[in-house]
Amino acid sequence: MYLKQLSVFVDNKPGALYAPCSTLADAGVNLSTIFLADTKDFGIMRIITKDAEKALAALRENNFAVKTTNVLAIEIEDVPGALSKVLKAMESKGLNVLYMYAAMGTSGKPVMIFRFDDADQALEKLSETDCKIISSEQFFAR
Amino acid sequence: MAKPYNPVSAADYLPRHLLQEIQLKRLQNIVKHEYDNVPFYRQRMDEKGVKPEDIKTLKDIQLLPFTMKKDLRDTYPFGLFAVPMSQIVRLHASSGTTGKPIVVGYTKEDVESWSNCMARALAAGGVTSTDIIQNSYGYGLFTGGLGAHYGIETLGATVVPTSGGNTERQIMLMRDFGVNGICCTPSYFIHLCEKAQEMGVNMKDLPVRVGFFGAEPWTQEMRERIEALSGIETFDIYGLSEMSGPGVGIECECHCGLHIFEETFYPEIIDPDTGEALPDGERGELVFTTINKFGMPMIRYRTRDLTRIIPEPCACGRTLRRIDRISARSDDMFIIRGVNVFPSQIESALLSVDSAALPHYRITLTRRPDGLDDMTIEIEVKEEQFSDDMQKMAALQKKFSHEIERILGIRAMVKMVQPGALPRSEGKAKRVFDLRNAK
Repeated sequence: MYLKQLSVFVDNKPGALYAPCSTLADAGVNLSTIFLADTKDFGIMRIITKDAEKALAALRENNFAVKTTNVLAIEIEDVPGALSKVLKAMESKGLNVLYMYAAMGTSGKPVMIFRFDDADQALEKLSETDCKIISSEQFFAR
Repeated sequence: MAKPYNPVSAADYLPRHLLQEIQLKRLQNIVKHEYDNVPFYRQRMDEKGVKPEDIKTLKDIQLLPFTMKKDLRDTYPFGLFAVPMSQIVRLHASSGTTGKPIVVGYTKEDVESWSNCMARALAAGGVTSTDIIQNSYGYGLFTGGLGAHYGIETLGATVVPTSGGNTERQIMLMRDFGVNGICCTPSYFIHLCEKAQEMGVNMKDLPVRVGFFGAEPWTQEMRERIEALSGIETFDIYGLSEMSGPGVGIECECHCGLHIFEETFYPEIIDPDTGEALPDGERGELVFTTINKFGMPMIRYRTRDLTRIIPEPCACGRTLRRIDRISARSDDMFIIRGVNVFPSQIESALLSVDSAALPHYRITLTRRPDGLDDMTIEIEVKEEQFSDDMQKMAALQKKFSHEIERILGIRAMVKMVQPGALPRSEGKAKRVFDLRNAK
């Protein structure tokens, strides 16, 4: 039920985003979602793609530091309060969200990507709620 | 401006032939003392096939083996001591690789001789017994604090032993005590001046007229800046703990090179690659033999500092030869905030945090407009170290900086960079980029 997310270490300097993106372009990797976290010194570029294996190989070959992480995709309604409802459910289950970001869903509904401390525990706890967890197949279905 | 003659400086003006006679007697004496009392040296000399009796002229010093910093480490802590511990009255130590410092020991007479040299250094800057001198070198294992302290007392001046830090109080004491002179690192003095300005104190209105600055390299530009900020006369002082500490060499009022207290520290210049002695005037590595120190004498100690002996006599009338201001080193050691740092120390700090792989790293030294120096260490992140979790990355960065501070005693800014971000060089990697004197 997880999505495989790639995290790439990037410097905080001009041109730093171009390098990994052009590597992925050259490898013919299509990106579904991209999200950047930055600090004063460096950034972490988080990528979700159907071609995760290919992307991973291309990035490693080009000397990038890459890690793969399991994240959860949750579809929400496109109405006010939808996200807050999901977060409330997580809070009630005592889950700690490290970060989240928005993605494009295939159904036209928004999808939120969540990274938890412990993805297995999160999956288990969330399946007891009415959060709509999207599988990798569903997410990438076109 | 010519300084009044101070009797403590008598040895500065010995006729050369007399000075050389003293040097030879002392050299012969110290070599015999070493040979008889330090098995390490005896073995070194035996390997070279040289006996104390072979030293018949000063030039014969070239027959003797060199001593390296590594020898001090290898014999840690007391392996090079030449007298029983009952005669050692003081120990000092400098920061060392992976926590093992370099230890030096002094007899009572060694401390006196050192204090005398330091007193002569202060006298060369015109300090007399009527002056009040603030000593802002750090007190403790570092030789700067106590070395300057004893020199000031030996001269009969009044010492204000503030040690480093607590800058606002330092300025208050300078003003309230009517301090005439100061001993500290040049960068700390610039910091003092800036802080004084912030506090509404103009250094130029204070009675302070002279400063003795050393323990780190500084430039003509810094001198001009200090003089513009404070209006004091600045003296470059040279020393290293392997010799004794501060007070191996000093500028006189002519400010053109540093006179070496040659009757105590016998200088040579050698080719750092071949070890061949070079004539006066030629640039090479500075080598010293302590010819008047008995607790832990150093024979032909390679300082790694690059300079030349100035052949011409000085206009001040001192017969002691001068060296040029130290501008470079023949190894990769650098000095920051008065601390000697070898890149290998930083390397072992990084390794102790993460033994998995030696990261590529780069050390950059910069100087802030206020004169304080900063050290930035960029480390290429390895995939094994990299985490998608920002907190873990911040924790790793912190671990690196803590370890560096633990080993060196000074703080560094640690910055993680992308793999391959640091330039690769062919052959020996260039690790240190010193931008402090870059224009």
